[in-house]
This record gives sequence, structure tokens and C-alpha cells, in this order.
Amino acid sequence: MRELALNILDIAENSLSAGATLIEIAVTADFAADRMRIAIRDNGKGMSAEMLARVTDPFTTTRTTRKVGMGLPLFKYSAESAGGSFHIESEEGKGTYVWAEYCISHVDRMPLGDFGGVILQLITQNPSVDFSVFAANGERDGALDTRDVRDILGDIPFNTPEVRSFLKEYIKENLTDIFGGRL
Amino acid sequence: MKSLEELRALREKMKSQTDNRSVASGDETVIKVGMATCGIAAGARPVLDALLDEADKRHLHNVSISQTGCIGMCRLEPIVEVYKGGNKYTYVHMTPEKARKVMVEHVVNGNVCKEFLVGENS
Repeated sequence: MRELALNILDIAENSLSAGATLIEIAVTADFAADRMRIAIRDNGKGMSAEMLARVTDPFTTTRTTRKVGMGLPLFKYSAESAGGSFHIESEEGKGTYVWAEYCISHVDRMPLGDFGGVILQLITQNPSVDFSVFAANGERDGALDTRDVRDILGDIPFNTPEVRSFLKEYIKENLTDIFGGRL
Repeated sequence: MKSLEELRALREKMKSQTDNRSVASGDETVIKVGMATCGIAAGARPVLDALLDEADKRHLHNVSISQTGCIGMCRLEPIVEVYKGGNKYTYVHMTPEKARKVMVEHVVNGNVCKEFLVGENS
């Protein structure tokens, strides 16, 4: 992984596999304190305490085709190698909450990357799932909740070209521009 | 700045168009891009973006592009599967450039890009 945005995509894909109907993604930066945080919360099926205890082990996975699962270990590594920390909470039947903190100026902190592109992809490729996305830099914040978009659009799908290009602009102006390329 | 109010206006404009759009022909092409950890790390996201971009640019309404989980050959990622004319074609080690070529040569013109297929590359 070369971008934190790709880690967000990967963790959100886990939420989708867990049958989530709502996925909340928040990226918040505090430039004065030199800290940033990425949080992903879902209402999927969650996991048992026993699974939770070994879920960041690369040799743990829910897949049946092979024995390795690198998603969470890579996300954890991205934070811990950048002066940050990684946390995960989960309850069976309720959902999972994953968040990681980073030291913004740490030399090994990966760039945020194409955060807007990842959000657009998640929203347009998973029309039956709702996403609530939040971005903040301490002074300004922005949000996109697909439930609001759905209310307006009715039965017009998110992946029609016109809607997609609207969402692309909306995400850029309301979410990614908040960081002004500084992450 | 873009607001959801603009979306409301867009919806009104589109209502009249939805009918034309749904008249897609039966020979739909389905394209799937592997988007598990292995695919993402190998660069599947730019590949998916390139496919969507080509489809938009060429107004290909009978092409459905979506993502899927791990296809099972992680070392060959990014993998793109094209279902066309009752057959499945598995393209491996894709890049945005190769993906655009597949869109033009195979999906639009019907000539399979043999050099990118799994049999030639594994």
C-alpha cells in the first residue's frame, strides 16, 4: 500500500464483506498538534472476542481460499511505523470500529493519496450501502451522507455518469479540499 | 461550492432521460475488477478508474463495470475479468493503459487482447 486512502478502501471492503448497511468514514487532522486520525465504523456482523484478539495477525483471515489476510495488519503497520497507534473494537452482531492515528510530519507516514477517488469508488460501486463521510482540519469540516443523496435522487442510481460527476465534484470541494493537499 | 440543492436540479433534468437509458441491448458486457487487499496493493484502483473513464467517454451504456473480492491469483493482480458473448476472459497484470486498450480493442471492437490474458502470463 502506498496511500492511506487505499487502506481506507481496503478496510471498508471488509465492512462490506461483513454485510454492513452503513459505513462511517472520518479523516480528521489537527495540524497544530501534528496529528491525524482515520476512523472507519460499520454496522456489519462484527466478530467474536477471540477473533478480535488475533485479527491483526497476518495469518488470520475469514477467507477460505488461503491462510493469509493482510488488510488490517497493513493498516496497523501504517500507523505504528508513523509515530501513531491502531485500535479496533468489535462486537458480534453490532459492528466494528477501526481507527488509527498518525504523526503528520513523521517521515514514514504515507501520504493520504486519492481519498476523494476512494470515496467516489465506494459510493458508486456499492449502491445498496450507505456511507457517511466526514473530513475536518480543525478549522473547517465537510461531510457527505449518501442517505441525503438517496433522498434527493430517488431511483436514479449513483453510478449514472451525471450523478457520478456531480459526486466527484462534491467530494472534492466538500471533503478533499479541506486538507488542501497537506496530507 | 457544490451543494445538494444542485443535485435536486440535476435530478429534475435527468427524469426525462432515464427511459432512454434503460433500453440497453441484451448483449451486455460485464467487467469485474478484483478489489481485495492484493488487488488494491497492486494498483487495481487506477485500473478501475481507467475502465470507468473509457466507458463514460465512449458512452458505453451496455457495459457494466463493478468490483469483486479476491479472484484467487494474488500474484497476477490487478486482474480484470470480462464477460462477453457467453465467454469469460481473465486479463492479468493490468495497468490503466492496458485497461484502456482492452476497453477499445475487446469491449468495443470485439478483438480479444490475447497478450494480456492469463494463459499468456502465468
